[in-house]
Amino acid sequence: MSFISYLINGLGLGSVYAIIALGYTMVYGIAKMLNFAHGDVIMIGAYVALLSMTHAGMPVLPAVLISVVACTVLGLLIERVAYKPLRNASSSLAVLITAIGVSYLLQNIALLMFGANAQTFPSVVKWKGLSLAGGKLTISGETLVTIIVCIIIMIALILFVQKTKPGQAMRAVSEDRGAALLMGINVNGTIALTFAIGSGLAAIAGVLLCSAYPSLTPYTGAMPGIKAFVAAVFGGIGSIPGAFIGGILLGIIEIFGKAYISSQMADAIVFAVLIVVLLVKPTGLLGKKIQEKV
Amino acid sequence: MAMLEVKDLEVYYGMIQAIKGISFEVNQGEVIALIGANGAGKTTTLHTITGLLSPKKGSVLFEGQDITKVPAHKIVSMGMAHVPEGRRVFSQLSVYENLKLGAYTRKDRSNIDKELQSIYERFPRLAERKNQLAGTLSGGEQQMLAMGRALMSKPSIVLMDEPSMGLSPILVNEIFDIIESISKSGTTVLLVEQNAKKALSIADRAYVLETGKVVLEGNAKDLLENDSIKKAYLGE
Repeated sequence: MSFISYLINGLGLGSVYAIIALGYTMVYGIAKMLNFAHGDVIMIGAYVALLSMTHAGMPVLPAVLISVVACTVLGLLIERVAYKPLRNASSSLAVLITAIGVSYLLQNIALLMFGANAQTFPSVVKWKGLSLAGGKLTISGETLVTIIVCIIIMIALILFVQKTKPGQAMRAVSEDRGAALLMGINVNGTIALTFAIGSGLAAIAGVLLCSAYPSLTPYTGAMPGIKAFVAAVFGGIGSIPGAFIGGILLGIIEIFGKAYISSQMADAIVFAVLIVVLLVKPTGLLGKKIQEKV
Repeated sequence: MAMLEVKDLEVYYGMIQAIKGISFEVNQGEVIALIGANGAGKTTTLHTITGLLSPKKGSVLFEGQDITKVPAHKIVSMGMAHVPEGRRVFSQLSVYENLKLGAYTRKDRSNIDKELQSIYERFPRLAERKNQLAGTLSGGEQQMLAMGRALMSKPSIVLMDEPSMGLSPILVNEIFDIIESISKSGTTVLLVEQNAKKALSIADRAYVLETGKVVLEGNAKDLLENDSIKKAYLGE
């Protein structure tokens, strides 16, 4: 029974990674950059939700909504101020280093505003969860809600990208920016939209993560951010279903690693898996091989 | 008044000057060919007209309006479409999705469907392959798709960059027949080609570019008979 319980916990954690990885992968696919500040947007989202609930005394849903709006605006602001001016820079390292800088900036702003002490995050899920097999197997409400939310987000994103006009524009920009411009697609607007969506999702991920692991510090987003990046690469960066599968698998591997091998070694196991996957399949599980035209 | 007027255009790639003061004009209904060797600045000129590059000096006027500073994504809705060099179809999207993106800026939904039907009639092979990914098409089919995609915006002028590049002689003829029929249906054509003979055979007028300058211009028929053109570009 404990195996199933670990598996479900892994699914829950993996769902959080998947939601974060979706933001990573969309931004990479469309803006062709790794937004290493993405994890810290999650932390900001969690603080906004926490303050809305505890200081402003708001109910859960409006608090989450405010957090989503705040992170969307933050994502747009970061893109506009820090990344857009570097879009045509001669080296793609410039924007990568800037992203790392933005990451530290966000952490230190949070440190200044909220202090270094861990704050207790009240769970946004009021549901007690399920008790199955005569109480031998309990699944927390947080885990179930996280898994459900993750599945809804992934389906919504796939439909958005496949069926809507802005979604088509995203696919066009991701493949060939110049040709997209010739179609009349506003490439800058499309990239900004991608950041807005990714950052909005980061807020949801932050709230769900802190509901399951209720200790919030300015560094809360850093490790999940890195792991979600690993998940995105694992699944094939640029691919939406890849980010989902990569996130889920990573969550399960981490929980199993903690349960059956060593809780200290769990993170090392996660990264070792990434290395092995990349050695065997460098494009990730669902990544497409990019053919260089001669 | 000319439909498209390029005046004293100068374009740089970093420190290197690619276009050294080019001027030419395209009148409504004409087929104009820009010919010249590799590196003459033909593609750079087209990229500058549609805003993918910005010039250091000079201007581009389209239907009397200065479009030199208009951002690239706003050009197509003004009635100017660009079939880029190397086709650049969206290979991960289906033929149908590519064509729909051609009409991205259009709001008149019912006319878009009509346009789509007329493209399928003009290019029956695209109709047969409409659900196939564009990346799986042959070179000739991709060229047709790139042309069809440009026509979906119902342009008054279409800029075509090396449409015959890399195609077999039979397909080259087919592509040039298509360009002629596009012109006959009332669309103005600005054609960039290395295949000078074919280009001059369907063009009204032509400009010869050499290292970023116009070195010769005139009626296409006259240029076909011009000795220096024959020697340099027609291999005669």
